[in-house]
Order: sequence, then structure tokens, then C-alpha cells
Amino acid sequence: MREALQLMLRIRAFEETAEQLYMRGLVHGTMHLSIGQEASAVGAVLALEPTDYILSTHRGHGHCIAKGADLGRMMAEFMGREHGYCRGRGGSMHIADIDGGNLGANGIVAAGLPIAVGVGLSMQLQALPHVCLAFFGDGAANEGAFHEALNVAAIWKLPVVFFCENNNYAMSMSVRNAFPTELISQRAQAYNLPGVTVDGNDLQAVYGATAAAVARARAGAGASLIEARTYRWRGHSKSDRNLYRTQQEIAAWKERDPIAHLRTQLIADGLLQEAEAEAMAAQVREEIAAAVAFAEASPEPDPRDLEDEVYA
Amino acid sequence: MTSATQPYAETVTVVQREVTYAEAIREGLRQEMRRDPRVFLVGEDIGVYGGAFGVTGDLVHEFGSDRVRDTPIAEEVIAGLAIGAAITGMRPVAEMQFSDFVTLAMEQLVNQAAKMRFMLGGKIAVPMVVRMPGGSGTGAAAQHSQSLEAWFAHVPGLKVVMPATPHDAKGLLIAAIRDLNPVLVFEHKLLYRVKGSVPPELYTEELGKALVRRPGHDLSLIAYSIMVPRALEAAELLANEGIEAEVVDVRCLRPLDEATIVASARHTGRVLVIHEAVRSGGFGGEIVARIAESEAFDFLDAPIRRLAGRETPVPYNRALERSTVPQVEDIVAAARALVRE
Ligand SMILES: Cc1ncc(C[n+]2csc(CCOP(=O)(O)OP(=O)(O)O)c2C)c(N)n1
Ligand SMILES: [Mg+2]
Repeated sequence: MREALQLMLRIRAFEETAEQLYMRGLVHGTMHLSIGQEASAVGAVLALEPTDYILSTHRGHGHCIAKGADLGRMMAEFMGREHGYCRGRGGSMHIADIDGGNLGANGIVAAGLPIAVGVGLSMQLQALPHVCLAFFGDGAANEGAFHEALNVAAIWKLPVVFFCENNNYAMSMSVRNAFPTELISQRAQAYNLPGVTVDGNDLQAVYGATAAAVARARAGAGASLIEARTYRWRGHSKSDRNLYRTQQEIAAWKERDPIAHLRTQLIADGLLQEAEAEAMAAQVREEIAAAVAFAEASPEPDPRDLEDEVYA
Repeated sequence: MTSATQPYAETVTVVQREVTYAEAIREGLRQEMRRDPRVFLVGEDIGVYGGAFGVTGDLVHEFGSDRVRDTPIAEEVIAGLAIGAAITGMRPVAEMQFSDFVTLAMEQLVNQAAKMRFMLGGKIAVPMVVRMPGGSGTGAAAQHSQSLEAWFAHVPGLKVVMPATPHDAKGLLIAAIRDLNPVLVFEHKLLYRVKGSVPPELYTEELGKALVRRPGHDLSLIAYSIMVPRALEAAELLANEGIEAEVVDVRCLRPLDEATIVASARHTGRVLVIHEAVRSGGFGGEIVARIAESEAFDFLDAPIRRLAGRETPVPYNRALERSTVPQVEDIVAAARALVRE
């Protein structure tokens, strides 16, 4: 659990720093921050083995850090540098850490879900014990790909966990207006899969539900759908003026900060001292500063190398 | 690696084994699946049904339903699962039942498969194949008869293969399966039953190499897929009139063998580019541009011409359908006019 807190602090610090770099005009392009959603990323990934796979989304910094990515290479990618995970070709929306089992963020909503089916099938065909967890948003659950993917994963009993981060909005579209049902997890019933909704800001609840789904997948019993209810504190991306939600709503969700929640809980349970928590936060700040330094020292990609990975 | 140096029309005297284009594909799949346990097939009705055009045939009996895997009707997942399997150690060969249905899988092919290696800085390879029957001539009408290859040839990161003979249908397919990148193979429905000589062993044909199927000096007929046998037939008829047409089979639109095309244009000085797809935005425009931009330009004796599908959805009625697509007589007439220019 201390590890979880550390990961969540790392994600928060990474994104706050990314945001500042952005504001200072040091970053070209866009970014989608997951500040406020750290417990769902960390709780889900901690339920996996290092050899398991994830597929991430446009809002993927948290998934990537939780899966153990190198902060310097992430920051370098964010800044478009040669030593970034994608050599500056992908940016924030395409960071992948293949060796760490992160098969990539994605710029297309719901696109990871059909791919996750293939990873699951690949594990089944090769009789490998690894599980694939696919993150996606509430918005993605209304794409056709979601339905195709759940159905196929269900009929073949694939080792896939479909993990929906329901942060209440798809850009400006509220879940209240986008779904005829109360719970996204209800959709699992249509595919005869287990479906649960958990408090996505409660690390332990997320971890517990994911661990059960992962165990089921690993045992060969098939896929599951998890809906984690959470909230993004920041706008959708850089252009968001928050016209579709109220300041009161944002403030109310900030009261339910997943990091403060876990920290309080660990201290109350005697698993963490106040001073240790401070030290942890300080250490994370140092890590992020080092990541920025690494990124800034990394060269810009050379346009002459642009076609290195072009084969057709 | 062997290469197909024989012309399409058989002229060799040794006894050759003749099989159909569909059988050649099936044999290639069978042999490669025996050789490489990572290869598996996935698509709609490819198992006991044997494929809508009978291409996969009896393969399910030899390899089982895990490796010859029927899917629900879910093209986006068929394409997506091929990607997921390819990046984690398998060699999927997906089938779109008709190439028209690839419209439902565009996202995965164009945004995902094509981009992944580049976008991730070269950290991943996507060794997958999508086979799909295209083209008209079977009375299947507008939603089951299109020739959509140009859409994909427009996308860096996708290889686009257009086999014209049974020999190539097998050799290019095996090369596609062994390629580390996504390869789309457009098979022509009318070619499935066409016979030709096919080596019984496993062999590959290099992707990105065009072939001169028939040498000639009066004009170049540059074609791919079903237009290759039509161009060869037209060339025979033209030869009776004393016109010697060179027939170039493009075979692969991306990567494109510009050198072979340009060399032929330069050699003959007159070029007719032929495809079934509609002219506007068709791949012929790219071929014409490559020639026009090349050193062959100075050797041209006439404007470069195109013969392509008419600007209409493919109609149902037999005569109407036939009229939308270049036929042998159309090629002969266009070639005749071109040599007189
Ligand atoms: C297929 C597709 N449609 C639209 C978009 C533009 N877009 C990017 S993210 C987004 C909202 C996605 O909402 P959700 O899935 O809930 O994820 P969240 O942003 O809330 O994390 C939209 C509309 C896109 N990238 N891809
Ligand atoms: Mg959302």
C-alpha cells in the first residue's frame, strides 16, 4: 500500500510538472491529464504481474507510471526528444513501454479494446499465463469497438480485463446524457461477463476488484468488466474551458482526493508516519526534477532520421 | 527465394503442375502453417464453411478451430485482434470476407497497424496479413464488388499487394506472412478459379518488385491484379495486328517498384495504365505521376493514358457491370489508339 501511495504521488507530480512545462511553452502539442484519477490507474496495475500487459488511453500517464515506466524517458517523449520512449515520434498520446508490458497509449477512443482481444488470444494460443488489462474511458464504452471486443473476449474466454475509468465525462459529454443506464458495468451482462462498479478513488476497492478479475482471467475463466467511478480535475485537454460542469462539482470531487484518502488511511492504520509521507513526497519531487533534467538534456530528433522506421 | 520469370501464358515445355489461384493460396497457407506454429487464420466463416469463396477450404480439418478460427461478424475486432496477436508473438492472417467490409476495420488498419512501429519509435513490429477478395464480375453489386486498394496505398505503413497469378498468389502471400509489417493482400474474386503453374514447394516472391510479364517495344501496358491477364490477352490480339505491347505487372502498390515501371515507359515511349478501380483517385494516377516525374518523360511519344473503372458504383446487371470495368477489347482499342497518337 505504501508502494501504491508512492506511485500515486509520482503520477500527480509528473502531471503537475508536465502541466507547468506546458504552460511555460516548453511543450508542443497536447496532453490529457489524469489528476484526480490516480487510484484507478494504480489500483488496477498493482493487481497485475510485471509480465502482464496493459493497453492504455490518451489519458495514459498514470497507467504508464504505474506499470513501471522510466520517468525520464516519459518526460523526454512528452517534450518530443530523441531519448523519449518513441524517439519523439509519438508524444504524450502514444507513449508505450513495450519491455514493461505497456503496449501503448492511444489517440483513438476505444482502439485498444480490439487489440487487447488479440493479446488475450495470443496468450491463449501460446498457453502463456499472462493477462491483458485494457484501460478505456466512459466515452469509449459507446464505441462499437467496445461491444465487438467484449463479445469476442467473452465467447473465447480470453484472459482480458476491460477496465473502464468512468470519470463522468467524455470531453464535454456527461455520462448522464450518454448512457441510458445507471452503470456502465451493467453492459457486462449482455456478454455474460462479470461486471462490477467500484469507487475509483478508493485504491483498495480498485485493487480488490481488479485482483479478482485478473485471477479469473489467469485461471482460464475468461474476461471481466470493471467500472471505476472517478473524476478528472483538469479540463479534457488544453482547450477546455469547463463550460459543461460547475465549479461546485469540481470542488466536491476534489474533496475526494484519492491520494489524500489513501494517505489518511495508511496513517490511521499505523502503516505510515506523517514524516515518512513527507519524505516520500519530497523524494518523488526529486525524481521528477531528475526526469525533467534528463529530458532537457536529450537531443531533439534529427529530421534526417525521420524515415528510419518507415518500411512502406 | 525464387522469382516468377515465366510469362503469364505458359510457354515452357516441361510438365508443370497447374492449380487455381484459390488452391495456390490455400496451399501456401497450409505449408506455412505447417512450418510455423505461430501462423493462424482468423475471419468469418473460414472454418468448416471453408470461406465465402472456398479459399480456406479444408484447412480447419488439419489445423483445428484454434488456428483456423471463425469469428463473429466483427471486422474491427478481426483487424484489431490481428494486431494484438502480432505484437505479442503470433503471425495472424486475417480474412475480410469481402474487401468492401474492410470499411468497418479502417480504424484498426489505418490508425493502428500502419502507425504503430513508426509512432512508437521503432520499438515494435506488427507482422500481420489481411487477405481480402476484391473486384467485380460476380453480380454482387455495389457493396460487394469494389476495388479499394488506393485507399490503403495512400497510407505509409501498410504494404499493399495485388497478385495477378496463382504463382504470385502463393509466393507473395508467403512473403507477406513472413514480413514483419502489416501487409494487405487484395485477391480478385474472378481470379480464384484461374489456373496457372505453381511450384509445389514453399517459396516467396519479394514484395515491392514489379515484373515484365511480356516484353514489347510499341507501348507499355501497366496493370495489376485481374488487369494483368486481360492486358496479356490484349497483347496477344495486338500482336496479330503487328503491335508489340510490353506488359508490366505492378504486383505491389506499396512499396512500389518505380524503377521497373519507369524503365518500361522509357523503353516503349507510350504508356497505358490499366486498373479496375475508378479513375478518380485511383492508383493509376500515382503511376502516371511517377512516370511523368521521371527521366522517362523525355522519351514519351504520346500522353500517358489511363483505362480504369467508370465513375459509378458497381451495378448489378451483367451487361452494366461488365461495362463499368476495362475488358480485353477496351484495352485493345485504347492501345491501338495510343500507338497511332
Ligand atoms: C474515435 C475518436 N473519436 C473522438 C476522439 C476525440 N476525443 C479524444 S478523447 C475524447 C473523450 C474520450 O472520453 P473518455 O473515453 O470518457 O475518456 P476521458 O477523456 O474521459 O479519459 C474525445 C471525444 C478520438 N480521439 N477518437
Ligand atoms: Mg471520460
